[in-house]
Amino acid sequence: MGGYQSVRKVLKEMTPAEVQTLVKDSKLRGRGGAGFSAGLKWSFVPIGPDAATPKYLVANADEMEPGTFKDRVLLEGNPHQLIEGMIVAAYAIQASISYVFLRWAYKLAAQEITKAIHEAYEAGYLGENILGSGFNLEMHLHTGVGRYMCGEETALLNALEGKRANPRAKPPFPQVSGLFGKPTIVNNVETLCNLPHIVNNGLEWYWGLSKSADTGTKLYGVSGRVKTPGCWELPMGVTIRELLEEYAGGMQNGYLFKGLLPGGASTDFLVEEHLDVPMDYGSIQAAGSRLGTGTMIILDDQTCPVGFVHNLQHFFAQESCGFCTPCREGLPWVEKILLALDKGEGKPEHLLTLDFHTKYLGPGNTFCALAPGAMEPLQSALKYFREDFERHIHEHHCPWSKSKAWQPSI
Amino acid sequence: MATIYIDNKPYEVKAGKNLLEACLTLGMDVPYFCWHPAMGSVGACRQCAVKVYKDENDTKGKLFMSCMEPVRDNLRISIADLEAKEFRAHVIGWLMTNHPHDCAVCDEGGACHLQDMTVMSGHNYREYRFDKRTYINQYLGPFLNHEMNRCIQCYRCVRYYKDYAGGKDLDVFAAHNHLYFGRAEDGVLESEFSGNLAEVCPTGVFTDKTLKQHYTRKWDLTMAPSVCHHCSLGCNTVAGERYGTLRNITNRYNGEVNGYFLCDRGRFGYEFVNSAGRVRKPLVRSQLPEATDKYTALRAAASAIKAGRTIGIGSPRASLESNYVLRKLVGEENFYHGVSDTEHDLVDMALCILREGAARTPSLREVEKADAVFILGEDLTNTAPMLALAVRQAVRQQPLQESVAEAKIPVWQDAAVRELVQNDKGPLFIAHYTTTKLDELATKTYFDTPDAVARLGFAVANLIQPDSPEVGGLAGEQQALAQQIADALMAANNPLVISGTSSGNERVLKAAANIANALCAREKAAGIILTVPECNSMGLAMLGGHKLASAFEAVLNGYADTVIILENDLHRRAGAITLAKFLNSCKQIIVLDHLHNATTEKANILLPASTFSEADGTLINNEGRAQRFYQVYPTAEELQESWRWLAELGTIIADEQISNWHGYDDIVKAIAEEIPELSGVAATTPASDFRIAGQRIPREPHRFSGRTSMLANHNVNEPKPPTDPDSPLSYTMEGYRGQPPSSMIPFFWAPGWNSVQSTNKYQQEVGGHLKGGDPGVRLIEPAGKAPFSTAVPQNFIQIEGHLYMLPLHHTFGSEELSSHSPSVRERIPAPYVALNAADAVRMKLDEGQLLSFSIEGDRYQLPVKTSHAIPSGTAGLPCGLPGVQFAELPAWALLNRDIKWKKQPQTTF
Repeated sequence: MGGYQSVRKVLKEMTPAEVQTLVKDSKLRGRGGAGFSAGLKWSFVPIGPDAATPKYLVANADEMEPGTFKDRVLLEGNPHQLIEGMIVAAYAIQASISYVFLRWAYKLAAQEITKAIHEAYEAGYLGENILGSGFNLEMHLHTGVGRYMCGEETALLNALEGKRANPRAKPPFPQVSGLFGKPTIVNNVETLCNLPHIVNNGLEWYWGLSKSADTGTKLYGVSGRVKTPGCWELPMGVTIRELLEEYAGGMQNGYLFKGLLPGGASTDFLVEEHLDVPMDYGSIQAAGSRLGTGTMIILDDQTCPVGFVHNLQHFFAQESCGFCTPCREGLPWVEKILLALDKGEGKPEHLLTLDFHTKYLGPGNTFCALAPGAMEPLQSALKYFREDFERHIHEHHCPWSKSKAWQPSI
Repeated sequence: MATIYIDNKPYEVKAGKNLLEACLTLGMDVPYFCWHPAMGSVGACRQCAVKVYKDENDTKGKLFMSCMEPVRDNLRISIADLEAKEFRAHVIGWLMTNHPHDCAVCDEGGACHLQDMTVMSGHNYREYRFDKRTYINQYLGPFLNHEMNRCIQCYRCVRYYKDYAGGKDLDVFAAHNHLYFGRAEDGVLESEFSGNLAEVCPTGVFTDKTLKQHYTRKWDLTMAPSVCHHCSLGCNTVAGERYGTLRNITNRYNGEVNGYFLCDRGRFGYEFVNSAGRVRKPLVRSQLPEATDKYTALRAAASAIKAGRTIGIGSPRASLESNYVLRKLVGEENFYHGVSDTEHDLVDMALCILREGAARTPSLREVEKADAVFILGEDLTNTAPMLALAVRQAVRQQPLQESVAEAKIPVWQDAAVRELVQNDKGPLFIAHYTTTKLDELATKTYFDTPDAVARLGFAVANLIQPDSPEVGGLAGEQQALAQQIADALMAANNPLVISGTSSGNERVLKAAANIANALCAREKAAGIILTVPECNSMGLAMLGGHKLASAFEAVLNGYADTVIILENDLHRRAGAITLAKFLNSCKQIIVLDHLHNATTEKANILLPASTFSEADGTLINNEGRAQRFYQVYPTAEELQESWRWLAELGTIIADEQISNWHGYDDIVKAIAEEIPELSGVAATTPASDFRIAGQRIPREPHRFSGRTSMLANHNVNEPKPPTDPDSPLSYTMEGYRGQPPSSMIPFFWAPGWNSVQSTNKYQQEVGGHLKGGDPGVRLIEPAGKAPFSTAVPQNFIQIEGHLYMLPLHHTFGSEELSSHSPSVRERIPAPYVALNAADAVRMKLDEGQLLSFSIEGDRYQLPVKTSHAIPSGTAGLPCGLPGVQFAELPAWALLNRDIKWKKQPQTTF
């Protein structure tokens, strides 16, 4: 199906600088959640004979953001597409060694990728002097051991080096000092999978695919109590309503829409009034949330929001690496408060505690973005569903539990 | 320089620093935990948050961690900003969610950085009402307690232990709020620098276990500035006392010598002072009862001296003053050094190299900056531990200067620097006859006999400067190595040669000197640093004196019949047979010492000499730095410094000069006047009459408690506190409360900073030199006129039926005084003899089997330990270990295979 055509094209017809310009002009934004311009990110890698070597390209396949399953579809379904994109990216930054850092739990993907890498070597798309171009690229699959923190690019690099998966302070950026202290680029799987198509079909085509200022397509997902949860590749800029009603089939019978997290657990809630917001980076941000991974989690009216958020905070607290104080000590505190609320043991001052956590666990105050991400659903839940929290406190039990005795909401 | 604005006021700060360092240097109180001046910043704790503004119009600002923020011109920040203060208070609040309410029973209390930062942040009410996480503690050995519940996860312990000190067996485990700092399993911490964890840890997780045996709060201690007596480096310490017991030794910051750290021998070796084996009463053995009062003993000693022909044997572990007064008392021609002749020659040679050579001796801090190092014939970790620690930092220099500077990463960004550098190290070459702990850092190691090490050294010197003699018959491999070393030293900016007296081989020293002189001849800013055996070996050598063997001769041929032995167990200096003959020939033996030992047993008159914490004196370290140590607490009348005993004796026998001395200051003055090279000892500290605003410097913090009740069981009326005639310090808490001159700082404390972090307030800039300069006066600067030594040795040749015994050293066990400390004793290895592995196979000896041999007639039978490094035909004998009698090494040992004294365990052959 035209596999590796883009590799042939870039190796034979384009210089690395030209590939970088192409990708920058395509306005491809990182699909891992941050949405940073991929081409701009690459431009910080030192190029030329004086640059430190070897340079590394890493595919971040550690998809562990709760509610996110889009990369899994790509990894299990079309690993060669990823490999092809990685070769293009590696060529652009003149990397000679590449890794796929894969989530431990994606066992099927591990098998498929191993097979695909082997096939690529056999076909001469990996290894030395690829297609006679003089460009060498090694590729290795590395499976993680199951920590969410490895999705953070600098923690991923530490884990890949065999160290503890603590993040690193930036600056210096991985482009200057990355894997083993060498220039490194870490890109999300979906981002890399866009590259072959951009190369093959050009800028106009790529721009034309989207409905918004952001370009290309996006793999969107919907989970929750909807009729047809799933994952679809759609033009960038589809609205929330379209996704929810046309693709996910709307809410299941007997359930009403209450709110959603547009891009995975670490994004802010949006509610009814936001249903017509396009799912692209800028629009969602203007609405007060983040596009993140673009996989929506729907909150229905029969699910306790406190329990919902407690589930998320339990995850974040457990996944904290423990390096910085606010995250390590703050998240378990938040979790314990939410559990107390859920059990009907909440007190009014607990809300004040939750409030100062959402105020102070912001970006820059903590060492990495895990805690700020954890605060997004909490902060927005307190904003939109504060009454529900207060009911737990005043009624001394969870209004969603069927009996007066406490039952877990998860 | 850069101008930064702190709360709208401009300040000049040094460029290249981080914001936290800059603020602390300005004297501002910014709280922190994970940053450490010796270890840089990692940004973990988030305690040091300040507001940073984009420009003068930005009123909101954003919180940044000051330890991670580089200083730049026109940076605008606020420390007092309400949000910053609130955030910093929350950080303490978060730490307090799990921190136990242990203050009242925690050893750290009163000197606890967490307490200080909690008060500083204003946090005072715990809102958290849920459970705290708890941990199981570990046994970590005799030096440190482990109380993990108190941990605030600042990562300082593992960063210090692994990254700074190179330790392997302490690490961080688990994740999120279950992080655990400890060993993989219970066990003695292996690093010789583990004790620093007690000061590096900002809470009470790691605390001094020896202090816990006799626990005292810091504010209740009587403290004085002291100098470690357990090796030749002269690290500065603070000694603390209460109720007449020496309680602990902590680090006394000296920006040139030890910096923030001490080795475990120096930190925990003090307990000999409290030993039951102390000599506490003068003994005159000719009478009964033997124990007597001071004046009877003095009279007996004076009449012995007057009646006889007296010689004096000085000591490398006694103060300069004690040795000097002894020399004055007996006369220069009758003053001998109480060291083996080998040691005497080697230390003299080391002194000569420092005086006459071209290269100067760097201080320990300067050693850290060396960017190429060659060590000849020294196992530094065991002979001068803190020098080994300095070399660990030195191997980081070259990568720091090259790649880090290129990548524009500030040196204080610790994690980023280490990530970029990975395992790159600057050049380090070690040539020795046994493995050392520094080998893992070395570019190349070379294991061979001392003479072969010397030959390699001479070859290196010759390659650098052809005027230095060539070495004939060098194998190709050695030639190539010599070239590699020469190239590395020549390519460096600050090449350093390290050697010392520990191998017992003169040629090694000469080769080292040749290399240093060769480098200087080639215009390199080279340094040479030499270890000598004991804390005042250098001082004794500079004082001058005759060899011990001639002391023995003097008595044996009737020239003398009375001997005064100063703080020395001669059984550690000479063979048993020789020594017995000498002691039996003496008519009168007068000994001054702290602990009972084999020599004091032979004394006719024994005078109790006070230990370092009970005495004033001066030591001269291997660098030639004279440093003053102070008495910490007053002692009983009959326990006094050796120099005071000897001066009183001199007064009684009406020695003209001695009789004119009225106190400590007069002795120091006399030394400075009589010996030009030692004139600097008068400048180490101000004289005893120094006062600040008419006040003395108090040895006790202002919160010292119990003074009026301490002696109430003797007399309810509080006695007049003792005064100190020998120094400007007072034995009370009354006195000048500001910062005294750096040589007289009895303890570090500042308002709001009760812990060791208060050291910041005493430094010119944080992590730098003390205000007014670091203590100590360097006495030797190289004259640069030494010719190249031509003493190139031949290769070692084995002798059938013999083994050439080489000295091996142990951090714990080789040094006399610290070995009497119970905690150190637990770490002393059992006696052994190290045999080359192939030799052991040929001799049909297994590990643990007994090897019998004799050296100069003295017999030994020791269990074998096999070594792959010690050269064939030689063997290693651990020096000073209890159970291993003295031998003047290196020496040939005759193997006695026929003697079967003990039942041999089953052999596999």
